[in-house]
Amino acid sequence: MSNYAYLIALVPLLSFVMIVFFLRWKEKLAAGWSIASILASWTMSLIVLIETLGRHGEPLEYFFYLTTFKGINFEIGILIDGLTAVMLMVVTTVASCVHIYSLGYMKDDPRFSRFFSYLSLFCFSMLGLVLANNFFMIFIFWELVGLTSYLLIGFWFEKKSAADAGKKAFITTRIGDLGFIVGLMMVGAYAGTFNYGGVFEKVASGQIPTAVLTVMAAFIFCGAIGKSAQFPLHVWLPDAMEGPTPVSALIHAATMVAAGVYLVARSMNLYVGAPEAAMIVAVIGLVTSFIAASIGLVQNDIKRILAYSTVSQLGYMIMALGLYGYDVGMDPHAHSAGFYAGTFHLMTHAFFKGLLFLGAGSVIHAVHTNDIQDMGGLLGKMKITSVTFILASLSIAGIFPLAGFWSKDEIVAATHGHPIFNIFTLIIAFMTAFYMFRLCFLTFFGKPRDQHRYEHAHESPRSMSWPLAFLGFLAVSAGWVGIPTLHGFSSFVFFGEPYHTSFHWDVMIISTIVAVAGIVLAYLIYYKKSISADMLAEKFRPIHTFLYNKWYFDELYSFVIINPILALGRFLWTFDARIVDGLVNGAAWLTIVWADIKWWFDKWIVDGAVNGAGWIVSQGSGLLRLIQNGAVQFYALFVLGGLLVLIAFKYEDVYVSLEWPWLSAIIIVALGLLSLVAKRTASREAAAETETEK
Amino acid sequence: MDASVGPVFWILAAVTILSGIAVVSLKNIFHCALFLILCLFSVAGIYILLHAEFLAAAQVLIYVGAVAILMIFAIMLTSGLASRTIKQVNKHALTALFACVLFVFVVIGLIFKSNVWNWARVPLPEDNVMTIGKLLMTKYMLPFEVVSVLLLAALIGAITLAREEEA
Amino acid sequence: MHHYLYLAAILFAIGTFGVITRRNVIGILMSLELMFNAVNINLVAFNKFVATEPLAGQLFAIFIVVVAAAEATVGLAIVLLVYRNWRGIETENFSVMKW
Repeated sequence: MSNYAYLIALVPLLSFVMIVFFLRWKEKLAAGWSIASILASWTMSLIVLIETLGRHGEPLEYFFYLTTFKGINFEIGILIDGLTAVMLMVVTTVASCVHIYSLGYMKDDPRFSRFFSYLSLFCFSMLGLVLANNFFMIFIFWELVGLTSYLLIGFWFEKKSAADAGKKAFITTRIGDLGFIVGLMMVGAYAGTFNYGGVFEKVASGQIPTAVLTVMAAFIFCGAIGKSAQFPLHVWLPDAMEGPTPVSALIHAATMVAAGVYLVARSMNLYVGAPEAAMIVAVIGLVTSFIAASIGLVQNDIKRILAYSTVSQLGYMIMALGLYGYDVGMDPHAHSAGFYAGTFHLMTHAFFKGLLFLGAGSVIHAVHTNDIQDMGGLLGKMKITSVTFILASLSIAGIFPLAGFWSKDEIVAATHGHPIFNIFTLIIAFMTAFYMFRLCFLTFFGKPRDQHRYEHAHESPRSMSWPLAFLGFLAVSAGWVGIPTLHGFSSFVFFGEPYHTSFHWDVMIISTIVAVAGIVLAYLIYYKKSISADMLAEKFRPIHTFLYNKWYFDELYSFVIINPILALGRFLWTFDARIVDGLVNGAAWLTIVWADIKWWFDKWIVDGAVNGAGWIVSQGSGLLRLIQNGAVQFYALFVLGGLLVLIAFKYEDVYVSLEWPWLSAIIIVALGLLSLVAKRTASREAAAETETEK
Repeated sequence: MDASVGPVFWILAAVTILSGIAVVSLKNIFHCALFLILCLFSVAGIYILLHAEFLAAAQVLIYVGAVAILMIFAIMLTSGLASRTIKQVNKHALTALFACVLFVFVVIGLIFKSNVWNWARVPLPEDNVMTIGKLLMTKYMLPFEVVSVLLLAALIGAITLAREEEA
Repeated sequence: MHHYLYLAAILFAIGTFGVITRRNVIGILMSLELMFNAVNINLVAFNKFVATEPLAGQLFAIFIVVVAAAEATVGLAIVLLVYRNWRGIETENFSVMKW
């Protein structure tokens, strides 16, 4: 099966084409086709996963050369190793759930088929990105997922905020992609190939100077910064929540935003070769994680809280990967959990965050608002949604024995030896537990704050609740493949040497205490109300405002980047209006004055010359106009003439050769024949024309 | 002087040139098309002289069989043209004649003077057609595919253009 | 080999003359075919006498034949369209696109 793995990506593409061309108006069929194809992809991914497990993650590569340009081979191909197989599984699983969920969620949308066609296109791009075996191909799919993300964020483009959010996401990620392109060019220039294996070989054999490698790795990371919404380009992801919720779950939580993490994991060789770049990666991951978690503490929009949580968790993964690159780069025998932790968390996060978003969608579907201050007490009304949502929250907070517990512990373990990272990671874990349970308590417990909305709330249809249940199962159990000392996940997805997992009792206990503390605090504030939330907000007013306004990043960017550009535009406009126009007007005015003073002089003396000149120009242009007569044949004649002139310049000796008598004879005969024909035609013409005149 | 320039060549060349002149100069467009077919046939003969049998067959099939017939169809469809006796050349006739004769002059001179060809040649394989088939499927795969896509595009384009507007 | 090149040159010139002077679009298309054929003769002749790579010339001649067929198809479709709109296919009709 593995050698047919490209089908995993192509089946959704076929579905996209079918829907766009044939099933546009048959909504049921379009959705069915789309779901069937993603389920087919899922089945194939499962087979590939099993086969890869059988090979113990041994890489498998199939490719063919597309073309060669300046000595660089451009390939199309697939690479399957443990990382690819796991990513395939994650993407197709979440995508299948989202597809089925969308059946219910998008039921009454006028662009139902289009939505499914976009989903299929996204699946194709994302699976292609995962399967790619070289940097060139990953870049193409990278841009394709960006495009589908743009299309889906702006899916309800009648809403100005949605259209704007789409543009913001597209342009912001484009800034990162610019860096990615530069990185790719450096790869092409210094490694002479785009193939992962080829590039890594060059890096390993030390053929690329470390300085170049550092810059290259940092530029490639720029792509990840944009796509995975890392600081300072994280601003697009919360706005991207304007898209339909299934899209948020699939693209902006589980899969596409994880592509940056995947890219870093995939090019880990580069970071191992350039520890400084790896350190940059780690620091940016930590900073992002902290900023996003702190913003998440005070937001009120259910989807935005989840979005900041996503950014924060992505920062976690990237930090873990960066630390791994740094540790191993500094000491090749270092035993770091980073790579394992990052990829493992990528997997578990995809499941529980996809679940959280789908659950949020279910809630929004029921109460028609995004504001958690208007919800409350939904536990009794929406059993499945509430239970799965709370399970996922426990999982992300890191409570034993749910999926998040195992992966988060590994991330904490990966910070071993970096005290600052260690402390901040725990703080972030605390904040995560707190804001997730603030969300839960406000949404599902307590008294309903908006009686009207509460009464209309109801459990979502089965097409929506079943995917929730399935993802809920995964959010609980997906972590068990990584239980230490069982060597499940760690012996399958690894870099270099498989990581030997072991129980870090200290880490487990501390992180559990931290998580429980976060939950208890949220419980006290938002359920028991023994601590007043308003009082706290009042007490820490400046911090609260600062966080509530998302660290003023949007304002900062509009002040530092957008306003100067607008100001420059306005300045140029003013310059044009005042100074340039002024100059022109002044010149005109001067001319008038000049003319007024000298009019008699002009009239009698200059006029003659001017009119004369005008007459000459007019006559001349009349002649030139004849050349530009729009008749292509006339132009062709000039082309031929031009060719002759060129030949005459280049080979002036050619004309000398014409003295050979037999050559002349041929030419004379040809000339004679042609002129005879022409003459005959001309005379006939004249006759014909007189005839038609009659 | 090489062996392939014999009486057959001269006859074919004469037919080609004369029918070519007829194509561009005759008044009746229908006759022009018939002479075009003759001209294309004799070019096919020249291909055979040059040991390009497959190309000769393709020439007859595609040009004579398809393109020329298409032209005749077009002439028939644009009714009344076949017998129209209007001026068939435009006002540039004399200038163009002069330029073209000069062109022939110059190019023939150029060819005569040049001796820069790399005469060390690879002999043509005996089984021309088979080799062409193999090359098309291996080395020239990409152009082959591109050309087929071009044909498809031309087909669709022609249908779209020429279709009668639906009421 | 020179002889083939001479023949091609003459045929090419005849074609050019036709393209420049015909008033009828179908006539122009026919002249274009002549030019294509001239080029093909050159390619095949070079292929036979001076090629360093066997059959490359013939292959490209085949591609040219295909392209010429495509060009004729689209060209004639356009001719039909023009004829339907103007009841005539003289090149003067086409100059309305000048502006």
